[in-house]
Amino acid sequence: MKLTPHDETMMLKTPFHSRCEAACEINMWEDWKGYTSAQAYTEVEKEYFAVRNATGVFDISPMMKYRITGPEAGEYLNRLVTRDMRKINVGRVAYAIWCDDDGKVMDDGTVFRLGENDYRLCAYARCLDWLMWTADGFDVDITDETADVAALAVQGPTSCTIFRNMGFEGLENLKPFGMTTFPFKESTVMISRTGFTGDLGYEIWIKPDLAESLWDALFEAGKLYGIQPIGGYALDMLRTEAGFLQAGVDFVPAEEAVRIGRSRSPFELGLGWLVSFDKPIFNGRRALLREKNNGSEYAFVYLDVDGNKPAEHAFIYTDSKASKEVGTVTTAAWCPTAKSNVAFAQVDAKYGKLGQELVAEIYYERELKWTRVMAKCTVVKGPVFDPPRKRQTPAPAF
Amino acid sequence: MIDTTKQYDTIIIGGGHNGLTCAFYLAKAGKKVLVLEASEQVGGGCSTNVFHDQFSVSSCAQWLYQLNPKVASDLKLNSHGLEIAAKDLATIALSEDGDHLTINGDVLSGAGVSDEDCAAYKKFNTQFKKFAKFLSSAFDRRPPKLVENNWRDRITALKLGLGMKLMGKADMQDLMRLALINIYDVMEENFDNTLLKAAISLDAVLGTHMGPRSPNTVYSYLYKKTGEIFGYNGPSLPKGGMGSITKAIAKSAQSVGVEIMTGKRVQNINLDLDKVTGITLEDGEIISSEIVVSNADPRTTHYDLIGKKNLETGTVRRVRGVRMQGNAAKLHLALDSLPSFKGLTNEEMGQRLVIAPTMKYIEDAFNACKYGDFSEKPALDISIPSIHDSSLAPDGKHVMSVIVQYAPCKLNSGWDIAKNDFKEIIIDRIRDFAPDIRDKILHSELLTPADLENRHLNYGGHWHHGEISLDQILMMRPFPGSSQYKTVIDGVFLCGAGSHPGGGVMGLAGHNAAKEIIRSSK
Amino acid sequence: MEKYDAIVIGAGHNGLTNAAYLAKSGLKVLVVEKNDYIGGAAVSRELYTDWKYSNCSYVCSLLRPEIMRDLQLPRHGLQVVPYGGGVTFMQNGDYYGNHADHERQYREVARHSKRDANAYERYEADVMKQTRLIRPFLMRTPPDPTSLKPKDLKELALLASSFASMGEEGLADTMRFWTMSIGDFLDEYFESDVIKAHLAGSGIIGTALGVYSPGTAYVLLHHYMGDVDGSVGAWGFARGGMGAVSNSLASSFQSFGGTIQRNAEVDQIIVKNGKTSGVALSNGDEIYSDIVVSNLDPKRTFLKIMDEKDLPTDVVRKAKNFKIRGSSGKLNIALDGLPTFNGLPKGSPLCLGEKHFSDSLTRMERAYDDWKNETWSKDPYVDMLIPTQLDPTMAPPGKHMMSVFVQYAPPKIDGREWREEDRDGFAKSVIDQIANYSPDFKDLILHCEVRTPKEIESEVGLTEGNIFMGELTFDQLLFNRPFPGYAQYRGPVKGMYMCGSGTHPGGGVMAAPGANAAREILYDLKRSNTVPEGYADD
Repeated sequence: MKLTPHDETMMLKTPFHSRCEAACEINMWEDWKGYTSAQAYTEVEKEYFAVRNATGVFDISPMMKYRITGPEAGEYLNRLVTRDMRKINVGRVAYAIWCDDDGKVMDDGTVFRLGENDYRLCAYARCLDWLMWTADGFDVDITDETADVAALAVQGPTSCTIFRNMGFEGLENLKPFGMTTFPFKESTVMISRTGFTGDLGYEIWIKPDLAESLWDALFEAGKLYGIQPIGGYALDMLRTEAGFLQAGVDFVPAEEAVRIGRSRSPFELGLGWLVSFDKPIFNGRRALLREKNNGSEYAFVYLDVDGNKPAEHAFIYTDSKASKEVGTVTTAAWCPTAKSNVAFAQVDAKYGKLGQELVAEIYYERELKWTRVMAKCTVVKGPVFDPPRKRQTPAPAF
Repeated sequence: MIDTTKQYDTIIIGGGHNGLTCAFYLAKAGKKVLVLEASEQVGGGCSTNVFHDQFSVSSCAQWLYQLNPKVASDLKLNSHGLEIAAKDLATIALSEDGDHLTINGDVLSGAGVSDEDCAAYKKFNTQFKKFAKFLSSAFDRRPPKLVENNWRDRITALKLGLGMKLMGKADMQDLMRLALINIYDVMEENFDNTLLKAAISLDAVLGTHMGPRSPNTVYSYLYKKTGEIFGYNGPSLPKGGMGSITKAIAKSAQSVGVEIMTGKRVQNINLDLDKVTGITLEDGEIISSEIVVSNADPRTTHYDLIGKKNLETGTVRRVRGVRMQGNAAKLHLALDSLPSFKGLTNEEMGQRLVIAPTMKYIEDAFNACKYGDFSEKPALDISIPSIHDSSLAPDGKHVMSVIVQYAPCKLNSGWDIAKNDFKEIIIDRIRDFAPDIRDKILHSELLTPADLENRHLNYGGHWHHGEISLDQILMMRPFPGSSQYKTVIDGVFLCGAGSHPGGGVMGLAGHNAAKEIIRSSK
Repeated sequence: MEKYDAIVIGAGHNGLTNAAYLAKSGLKVLVVEKNDYIGGAAVSRELYTDWKYSNCSYVCSLLRPEIMRDLQLPRHGLQVVPYGGGVTFMQNGDYYGNHADHERQYREVARHSKRDANAYERYEADVMKQTRLIRPFLMRTPPDPTSLKPKDLKELALLASSFASMGEEGLADTMRFWTMSIGDFLDEYFESDVIKAHLAGSGIIGTALGVYSPGTAYVLLHHYMGDVDGSVGAWGFARGGMGAVSNSLASSFQSFGGTIQRNAEVDQIIVKNGKTSGVALSNGDEIYSDIVVSNLDPKRTFLKIMDEKDLPTDVVRKAKNFKIRGSSGKLNIALDGLPTFNGLPKGSPLCLGEKHFSDSLTRMERAYDDWKNETWSKDPYVDMLIPTQLDPTMAPPGKHMMSVFVQYAPPKIDGREWREEDRDGFAKSVIDQIANYSPDFKDLILHCEVRTPKEIESEVGLTEGNIFMGELTFDQLLFNRPFPGYAQYRGPVKGMYMCGSGTHPGGGVMAAPGANAAREILYDLKRSNTVPEGYADD
């Protein structure tokens, strides 16, 4: 049946929707890039601990996925992103960021090298226009394959075991940021050791028509290992604990910034390690080189905040008298596993050094009474949660 | 063969008048300069070509009216062979009934032009010259940055501000309004005579992708008017065609040590990351240099010579935004003898003749090219230079050179198929005024904007390497962020018409670029 | 005859706003109106029982919220209901719709081009940058750049610093934006014809320019710089039609003790000894006042109701050269029911907004070529709305009122006045255009009011029927509006002022010119200011 234009623009459903809907006991949904996406299935805490203690499954199908192919695909990507993509071999995945000419971050994402001249770029935000502009002059093809690939993030200490239960033997030997394929039904699945939780975990990629049977097989195999679907709320706690930034929350994508001075460079987001000057010209190179020599205006910091009140949207001052405001918090949460009160903040560069003591102005409400706390906080090295199992190869069983 | 043992510190790509002018100033400042020209002769859009056995013609630009006097005297062009065959010609707006309008400096005659119009024209001319003078005060320097400015830019801005104040309140107020509107309205506000209105409008739109009704055409008219500030009270003809100007500039440049190589097409500008190292010629030869100056248009320079891959995405996008749709074609006729124009004496035939009976005629002609078609009734700017200059054609024979407006660079039906039809249309149009023209034609050549693009390697075949329009002047020329001749690549500069102040055989873009290069290498 | 402190000529929304602020300051103010109804171009007229016609202006966004709040217009009966949606119908049976929901909007654009769907975000951010630059100046008097008065220098410095805050490239981008065509601007973002055509409409509405005429990008901004309840760029209906705006202003004015005299056409502004002393009505009456404010357009003000001998020659010349071009017409159509449109389900929220039928810039440009050739567009650009889908007060239940704004309609046909057969031809081309996309439309028509520039001029008094009282091009904006030297609402004669849309910041039922003029008058009278400051954008 041909859809009318009207139907085509209705809210979309991911290929796993029937399973998500059945599992979503509390009916909490949000619109994620136009897809119906669960905020929580049962209770947020439980979902969070599933990932830290067993395995949580998050439907990442709405992630933007761009396929980049052609003889100059590698060269193209190297111009697009700030890190040196020549070092990424076939079968490997790279976390990368891309900047505009002024060296301001447009977005971050993961690049999967599927073949010699075959890449997939996964991003949180849409960037086809920029990808196409950047492609001018390169022999590459770029297609938006978001709707053509279904994907789940399967994260947590038992995740490897569950996959092995499904018959994916040898997966334990896959190194972080590696990927591999296994036969599944009449087709194959791709599994990458990647994720947004900072824990042992995988992402699994499959054709949409096999999505439901994959889900069923996965949950069958994980039955005895505590597998649970998790929603957006739990994921947000997990990524905070794991120290991951989110576009639109921790920084404004450069091209969407209306006000001057609101966008940030990789250095100002603590992502300087993703910038390589030992490679051919890339977007933002000149500006970043200048910034590297002249110094940055802002710094991104992880703060360890005194007390247990999350410092959401807090102003940051140099002292408890609030005499000088030096920044604001972009993300904050109490981290249940790390037992730490964490905040991400944007501060003036000179207050961004490790060990710098600052004060966060926190407001919280109890039974309609608002309380203001001037909480001491310290710039720490992040992330606060960084377990060995994240990196161990072969991956541990539990 | 280029002597590769020689070391050049500056290579200039393109031996057009701006490239050569730039070379002159650089060499004079002690640089070792090499100019590489793709064609067999220097000149680019300011050339003379043989188009038929013993018949030569100025193949792109056909009038001299804007050459900056400072440039001309710095380069001592007169002592390097530049001779003027005819100076300050009148413009005659042709009427089908033979009652033509003659515009000679400030004076109008014929076509029943009223005393009011004559007086109004004088007044108009005085005011517009004042505006042009103000405008031209910013021409011989780099366009100022307005935010990240330094003392040099501040002086320019101050100078402009002061110039504005000095004009007096009334003129300043008029300029604020007039510079932004279209020539059509200004004509309607000032004059009654149809031919007069049309002739002036044609000046405002020649070489552009605009019609008389397009806002910004007053600016393009003022731009042209700066020629009068530079001492031209009408179009002039150099002896030997426009190519003589570039030849003289070349000689002058050579006299200060510039080396010029023709027939050397540059394939690309070589880079080490974002720093220039030299150039590679089409034949593979590499010449190194710390500075490379491009006389090519901004698009060709960035896309073809530097290469999109070597630019950042934002710059690629900026370049794409530069509007440079050439709409002027050139028709060249080799004539067995002088044709007879209704109502014109032989002497009058030697003036500048325009066929643009009404403003609506020009506007209608423009409409076609908005949609990718050529004008069925084009507007024409005609020159018969051989009347003043016998070197262009054999004894008793003549050449006619015609600027034809409008023709798109990319024609819907394709130029291969339609070119001849267009040529016949133009000749028919001339025949309406010169009935015997077809009998006189020995040979004809039509250069469409696409041909001009191929010949001069300027994208879109645009005379000015970018529309002369308010959104593409000063700090917006050729595009925001690259307006001070310096490109985003260290050591690569622009010196062509695509940069401030723009096209026309003026020489100031080359002059200004040279000053910037010298300043930046100090 | 009684003497007033101030007389305002014309009870349009700006005249009433101006009068209200003068009255609020305690002045004795009279508004004289030539028609037997008030409102000028912001009216709702009951031409048929139970049918209200917003004859001229038809939607509301630019009306400054500062003024609405300050003059307590809601208390005086004004209610603005925002609407979303908007559709451009395509010749191939498809359409492009404008959804209020961001994600749905993305999917809709993506149906036409995925790349454009993404580019749309960049486009919106870039337009917002320009909008934010101009909004703070709507409620301010433009500085005179030729003046060295401290007040002007201060304002000029503010203007300069706002521009400078855009950064070097940002400033250049702004200059480009103000001088380029909407077509060229959109070409830098989009590849899909229909998306460009949908967006380009705002660049030409009310303007005698085509989508590829330089200067039209700014006109787009003029349609984006309003807001409904802080949602910048949103548009709404005034409940009860645009007359509700004028009526609430009149009511507010009267609450401050002001008087409105209808059927009082001004023949002449009386000038004695270089000062205004009142107005002479066409019935021979004279009314006296030291302050006379004209809500008429600059041409009418200086060339019709003022004597040339009372004016400096430059003003006469400037008024003659002022560009106020008739470029649009209007059809108001009463419908027996809600028409259906190709491809859209009945009741689609998209239908609440404007409907257009030009799916490419080329078609729009050709429509402009017709205007240049002094005839109405044969394939007209139409901005059509059916406000009765949201507003139950304008038509009997189940019936609908359709407001059709049309580009282009020239002020004269082939150099002569419009004739009846021209008007019919114009109406036919519009009705046929709509019927091409709505099979049942023609059968639903009950009655139809056709407004060519000729009718708009003769009824409302807008010269050539120009809805903005003067083209909104850069040469007639800010300190150039209406003309250089007279952009601060003061006329060339002492005691004479201008407050119409022909002054800064221009037309569009904004009420800002009226308020700004009042502030200047009170300043001259050394009275304390009653006009609110503009809200700051953050």
